[in-house]
Amino acid sequence: MFEYAPAPESRSVVDIKPAYGLFIDGKFVDPSDGGSFKSINPATEEVLAEIAEAGSGDVDRAVRAARTAYEKVWGPMPGQDRAKYLFRIARIIQERSRELAVLESLDNGKPIKESRDVDLPLVAAHFFYYAGWADKLPYAGFGPDPQPLGVAAQVIPWNFPLLMLAWKIAPALAAGNTVVLKPAETTPLTALLFAEICQQADLPPGVVNIVTGAGETGRALVEHPGVDKVAFTGSTEVGRAIARSVAGSRKKLTLELGGKAANIVFDDAPIDQAVEGIVNGIFFNQGHVCCAGSRLLVQESVADRVLESLKRRMAQLRLGDPLDKNTDIGAINSAAQLARIKELSDAGAAEGTERWSPPCELPDRGFWFAPTIFTGVTQAHRIAREEIFGPVLSVLTFRTPAEAVEKANNTPYGLSAGIWTDKGSRILWMADRLRAGVVWANTFNKFDPTSPFGGYKESGYGREGGRHGLEAYLNV
Amino acid sequence: MTATATSARSDLSELGRSETALRTFLHGLPGVDQVGAEQRAAQLGTRSIKTTAKAQAIDLAIRMVDLTTLEGADTPGKVRALAAKALRPDPADPSCPHVGAVCVYPAMVPYVAEVLKGSKVHLASVATAFPSGQAPLDVKLADTRAAVEAGADEIDMVINRSAFLAGRYKEVYDEIVATKEACGDAHLKVILETGELATYDNVRRASWLAMLAGGDFIKTSTGKVPVAATPPVTLVMLEAVRDFRAATGRQVGVKPAGGIRTTKDAIKYLVMVNETVGPDWLDPDWFRFGASSLLNDLLMQRTKLTTGVYAGPDYFTLD
Repeated sequence: MFEYAPAPESRSVVDIKPAYGLFIDGKFVDPSDGGSFKSINPATEEVLAEIAEAGSGDVDRAVRAARTAYEKVWGPMPGQDRAKYLFRIARIIQERSRELAVLESLDNGKPIKESRDVDLPLVAAHFFYYAGWADKLPYAGFGPDPQPLGVAAQVIPWNFPLLMLAWKIAPALAAGNTVVLKPAETTPLTALLFAEICQQADLPPGVVNIVTGAGETGRALVEHPGVDKVAFTGSTEVGRAIARSVAGSRKKLTLELGGKAANIVFDDAPIDQAVEGIVNGIFFNQGHVCCAGSRLLVQESVADRVLESLKRRMAQLRLGDPLDKNTDIGAINSAAQLARIKELSDAGAAEGTERWSPPCELPDRGFWFAPTIFTGVTQAHRIAREEIFGPVLSVLTFRTPAEAVEKANNTPYGLSAGIWTDKGSRILWMADRLRAGVVWANTFNKFDPTSPFGGYKESGYGREGGRHGLEAYLNV
Repeated sequence: MTATATSARSDLSELGRSETALRTFLHGLPGVDQVGAEQRAAQLGTRSIKTTAKAQAIDLAIRMVDLTTLEGADTPGKVRALAAKALRPDPADPSCPHVGAVCVYPAMVPYVAEVLKGSKVHLASVATAFPSGQAPLDVKLADTRAAVEAGADEIDMVINRSAFLAGRYKEVYDEIVATKEACGDAHLKVILETGELATYDNVRRASWLAMLAGGDFIKTSTGKVPVAATPPVTLVMLEAVRDFRAATGRQVGVKPAGGIRTTKDAIKYLVMVNETVGPDWLDPDWFRFGASSLLNDLLMQRTKLTTGVYAGPDYFTLD
C-alpha cells in the first residue's frame, strides 16, 4: 500500500583510500614486520580497503612514541591546554559526522539511522564531556592532584567502532595519558579516519597511536612491558586471557565484557512502550550490543498479550541496505559472527523451543540474519545462558517479582537489566536486587557520557563514562 | 483467539451501563509511558519518504484533508469559495484529487451543501456547542440535528471535558451515545480536545470511551486551544483504535486536527498510520487531517514533484 522508495545516504561523502598504514607518532607509516588484511563491507562483501597489520615491532614503535609524547608533551601539559585539543577534536567530529556515519555503516553494517542518530552524537558528546574534565581533575573526588598513569593500551570491539574509541580515548587523554589503540580487525576504518582528525586538530604526535590488526596485534599490545594501563572491551573469553596476562604486573586493568541482560516486563507495564523497549533492547545494532536485552522476562499473566504486540511490531522492522535511511536492521558484522548466531539459534530450535521470525527477505550477498524470537525458553536452554550477540531474543516467563529477580540474576554475566512497570516503588525494589551494572527503568539502551557504564561478575570491572570513568585513567 | 474476541465483544457493550464498570475498564487499560511514547513518535518522524513514495503520500494526504474554516467571520461567500477549492484543489491540474471533506460551523452548512452537491466530497459540521461544549445537552443535540438537516453527513462533536476531568465518565459516554443517535446516518467524529486532557493516559481513556459509545472517528482537537494535534497524541489514539478493533472487530477512524501545516508533517503522520495500524487505515474513510493551510503546501510540493521546480505561492489559490 505505502511502499517507501529507497532513500540511500550518499556514500560519496566519504573518501576511502585503497590502503591504510599504521598511525604512529602523528604519521601514517607502513608496518615494518607485519602484513596486511582487508576490511570488507558486510552488507555486500566488497573490499573497502587494504589495512596494515601491525606486528610486535610496530606495536613497540607505537608504545615508545606514546611514552615519549607522555613524558615530553602531554603529561606536563596543563589540563586547560589538553582540554583545548579535546574540544577541537569534538568539534571536528561534529563537523565531519556525516562522513564518519557513512563510513561506520559501510564498514560495520549498522543502519545509517543508528550511526547518524546514536553513534556519532554520542561520540562527539563523549569528547565534549571529558574535555570539560581535563582542567578540573582536582575536583573529581580522587584527591587534590591526581596523576595520569602513562601509556594506555586500548583494545576495542567491532560493534560500536567509533563510539568505543571515544569511550576509551576521551577519558584517557583528559586525564593526561597517551594511548595506543587497536580497533577490531573487521572495523578499523573510522579509527583511521579519527587518526586523520587528530592530525587536523594538530594533536601533538604520539598522543594517539592507532595500530590495526587482529588478535596477535592485540596480544602484543596488552603484553607490551611499556604499557601502564590496559582497557579492553570485547568477549569474556579474551577478557579472561588479558586478565591472566597482566596479572602480577603493574598494569592497571579495566574490562567491559559480555552480557545476557534480562529485560523484565511486569503486568502493569505500559505495554506499547515496553514493546518498543524490547525491540530496541535486542534489535538495536542487530543485537551486537554487550548490554542487549537478550532475555525477555515477561510476567506470565501478560505474556500472550506482550508477545502478540511484539510480533506485530517486529513485522514492521525493515531489514536491508544499511545506507538506506529507512533501514532498521542492517548486516551482521562478519561471516564468523553470522555462523555463531546461526549455531546458537539452531541449538535453540533443536532443544525444543519455538522459533519465530517475521516474513523477511534477506539480501543475496552479505551477512544477514532475520530478527528472531524464541518462546518457551527456560533457564536450562543454551540460548538463555550464552551470549548470542545477534538479533535473537529468548522469551521466558515469571510469576512474582522475587522470581523475576532470581531468574534475572541467574547468569554468570551482570552488565545490564531493564524493568518495565508503572510502580515506582517496584523499580527501586528491583534495582536494589538486580546484580547488573546498569539498570534501566521503562527504557533500554540509553547512553550518556555523564553516566557510568560497566559490569558485575563476568561482565567485567571498571566503569566508563561519567566522573567514575576518570578513575580508570588516574593513579588513585 | 476467536473465542476470546467474541466474548470480549459482548462484555464491552455492557460497560456503558454503569459508572463503576466504565471506570474500572478505563482505568484498567495499560498505561502510557510519556517518554517512551514521545520517543516512538519522534522515531517514526525520521523516516525518509522520497520520490514515488512521496508522490503517493501527497495525493493520499490531499484526499484526507478536511478543509476547515471555523471563524466567527465566516460568510456564505467565504465557505462557498472553500467548497469550490475542495472540489478542485489545483485548477491547473485535473489529475489532482479532491479533498476528503469541508468542515464548517452549522450555520454555514447550507451554502457549502449547494456547492458540494453531487460530488464525493463530504460535508462535515462541528456541533454540540463547539468548541467548549459547555451548553446543556438539549442545546447540543439540537445543534447536531440542525447541522444534519442542513446537509452535513459528518458531525464533529466535542466531548464534555468538564465531566471527563471530573471523573464522570458515564455522563461523557451518555452524551456521545445521544449525539450519535441525533446524527442519524451522519458519521460521528468525537473530538477529545487532547490539549485539555493533558496526559496520554487520559487520551487513551477518552479514546476508548468515545469508541465504546459508538463514535465513528476520534479526533484530537478543536484547533481552538493552544495545544492541538501532536504526533505522540495521535500515536496513542492510533494504538487505541488498533486495540479496539482487535477487541471488538469494529474499525474506528482517526483525525488529527490543528497545527499540521506542512507536507513534511502530513507525511510523518502517514508513516505513523502505516507502521502503527497498517494499510487498513491509509484511506480517507479512516484517517483525516483537520487543516486549512496544509492543503496549499501539499499542492506546492505536488507541483514540485511533477514539474521539478517550485512554483511561487501566487500560483496556488487562496480561499
